[in-house]
Amino acid sequence: MSVHEGQDGHSGPDPWAALRSATRARVALGRAGDALPTSRELEFRAAHAVARDAVHAPLDPVRVRAALPGLEVLEVRSAAADRAEYLQRPDLGRRLAEGTALPSAGADLGIVIADGLSPRAVHEHAAGLVTALLARLAGWSVAPLVLAHQARVALGDEIGAALGLRAVVVLVGERPGLSSADSLGVYLTWDPRPGRVDAERNCVSNVRPPHGLGYEQAASTVAALLAGARELGASGVALKDEAALPG
Amino acid sequence: MTVRRTTLGGHTFEFASLADLLARATPHRSGDVLAGCAAGSAAERVAAQSVLADLPLATFLEEQVVGYDEDDVTRLILDTHDRAAFAPVASLTVGEFRDRLLAWAAAGDEPAISALAPGLTPEMVAAVSKLMRNADLVAVGRRARVVTGFRSTIGLPGRLASRLQPNHPTDDPLGVTASILDGLLHGSGDAVIGINPATDSPAQTVALLELVDAVIQRYGIPTQSCVLAHVTTTLRALERGAPVDLVFQSVAGTQAANRGFGVTLDLLAEARAGALALGRGTVGRDVMYFETGQGSALSADAHRGVDGRPVDQQTLEARAYGVARHFGPLLVNTVVGFIGPEYLYDGKQVLRAGLEDHFCGKLLGLPMGVDVCYTNHAEVDPDDTDALMLLLGAAGCSFVIAVPGSDDVMLHYQSLSFSDVLTARQVLGLRPAPEFEEWLARMDLLGPDGRVRDLPADAPTTRALLAAARP
Repeated sequence: MSVHEGQDGHSGPDPWAALRSATRARVALGRAGDALPTSRELEFRAAHAVARDAVHAPLDPVRVRAALPGLEVLEVRSAAADRAEYLQRPDLGRRLAEGTALPSAGADLGIVIADGLSPRAVHEHAAGLVTALLARLAGWSVAPLVLAHQARVALGDEIGAALGLRAVVVLVGERPGLSSADSLGVYLTWDPRPGRVDAERNCVSNVRPPHGLGYEQAASTVAALLAGARELGASGVALKDEAALPG
Repeated sequence: MTVRRTTLGGHTFEFASLADLLARATPHRSGDVLAGCAAGSAAERVAAQSVLADLPLATFLEEQVVGYDEDDVTRLILDTHDRAAFAPVASLTVGEFRDRLLAWAAAGDEPAISALAPGLTPEMVAAVSKLMRNADLVAVGRRARVVTGFRSTIGLPGRLASRLQPNHPTDDPLGVTASILDGLLHGSGDAVIGINPATDSPAQTVALLELVDAVIQRYGIPTQSCVLAHVTTTLRALERGAPVDLVFQSVAGTQAANRGFGVTLDLLAEARAGALALGRGTVGRDVMYFETGQGSALSADAHRGVDGRPVDQQTLEARAYGVARHFGPLLVNTVVGFIGPEYLYDGKQVLRAGLEDHFCGKLLGLPMGVDVCYTNHAEVDPDDTDALMLLLGAAGCSFVIAVPGSDDVMLHYQSLSFSDVLTARQVLGLRPAPEFEEWLARMDLLGPDGRVRDLPADAPTTRALLAAARP
């Protein structure tokens, strides 16, 4: 075909406008020779830098405690000694540091706040989500909050077992993307103990108002999952299939 | 089990099995530490390499890393081994094999290197790669010629193709189209226009196949489409009469890992037969597309071999190529930085792994490409991926993956951009696949200097292509 065949003059001044609005992909960036123009190159670097900083900025316990006044917060560390080891040894991030002592809490439910891959997500969203969640937990006895450094989701299993909980909810910083460095995930595990697998958990992800899920909506979903898990005596695939969940 | 030992720096090092020896000889990477099979010291690593260098290549035909009786990948590898093709190197040790390959490469003897493929096992190729430096991997890799075809020809000398990856988080047709058009305007897409669907369902797969097929038909583009759904989903799409060019599947180097992917060798054969029956290729009939990546077996806890001992991730990766080559693929690529820093931690490890994978794939006869990529929690940045891209271009890599602005908005990782591919071609004097290059010229997208033109948005060619976005 001729290249001029499609030229019929009603694409408007910027033929890319409609296409750009249909995707967040970085299309039609222009060129400097064969490379990206400086402004586009710097935009990309900025997004990557924000994501990198979200991974590496350390969890600040003072900041998290200050946002949760009046609540008892226990602090633990995983067996991963530092960020580099945490990133390379997921197995260590799933175990408590040697010598960690957690007394039995005499409670049904525990909430673990884990830095995961984005401490920034914890700084920005953990307090808001915890507050919304606690407001929906009438009928549950809740253990002191646990703040966990260098932690993966499964660290909640060992914490839950040590505290003697029936269920544990882990709030964890999710892996930052180029456009979402502060996303918090929530994982519910019934009868937590070491050896639980991912199929035995329920997950609510992308909590990051105003761009992602809001605190109230996420908390409602988690509360409904908890009620379903208590009824079923299990979490994970079985719960997801059987419970009618809002949102 | 044969215990092998050597002395280095006053210490005696013992290697209890072939799997241990290969693992200890592997350049350092986080995944092998995680698996518990890495060398405990720099000296132990070189000691293992020394023992490996003296090992006869034929050992790998007698002694297994993953057991024959337990694993169908091992059976496939050994049952299809071609002793006649192996003959030219049958008497060599692994170290002598390295020397021979480098001599052939320096002499430009592509036929000698390329003819070995059916006589080599993945373990042999992995072993010799562990003795090679990065430049060795480049020098030999570029002399292993593998040419495949469907509507475009992949792997010719002096060519670098690209997969245009127009992913969208909700498979929105207009959003996918936007990325396709941006890629085409940058001269990308000669290897395949390949979409990772957000939803792995037959209906969605059919819809995306029809979308890409319509673009290809409308502009007569000499390339192929692929929706990278699970092979069972593609089988359903075939049953519905969808325009399937290529059958995609992720594969790994052990039967257990493939089971984790929900794949059997029989399923792959069935899907291949289905796509072949459609006869949609023009310049060739290679209809399979595979992706692999170091660490995939470990992440599925399916990385153990004889006596339950962990096998290093690079040897397992080469075994995945043993699966892939059985099905005569058009394209194979390793996704080298995708799986995370617990497998390849930093730019140095990703660079090395990308070159190893390209070398091993090519030596085993595969049309090897690389997804040069990283996640935000790895110690990797675009300077690292630039280095790997340019080295792969020098190594004669068949194709790379390209996404708009390096940002895959569906899979949330960074790969090469369309511009990066242009840069690699410019710097290294490489060209697109020949059929696709002719199409670019027909579309007025190719300048007189052979480079893809930088056209304004209101140029006739741009407007002609963007017209595809209108229903």
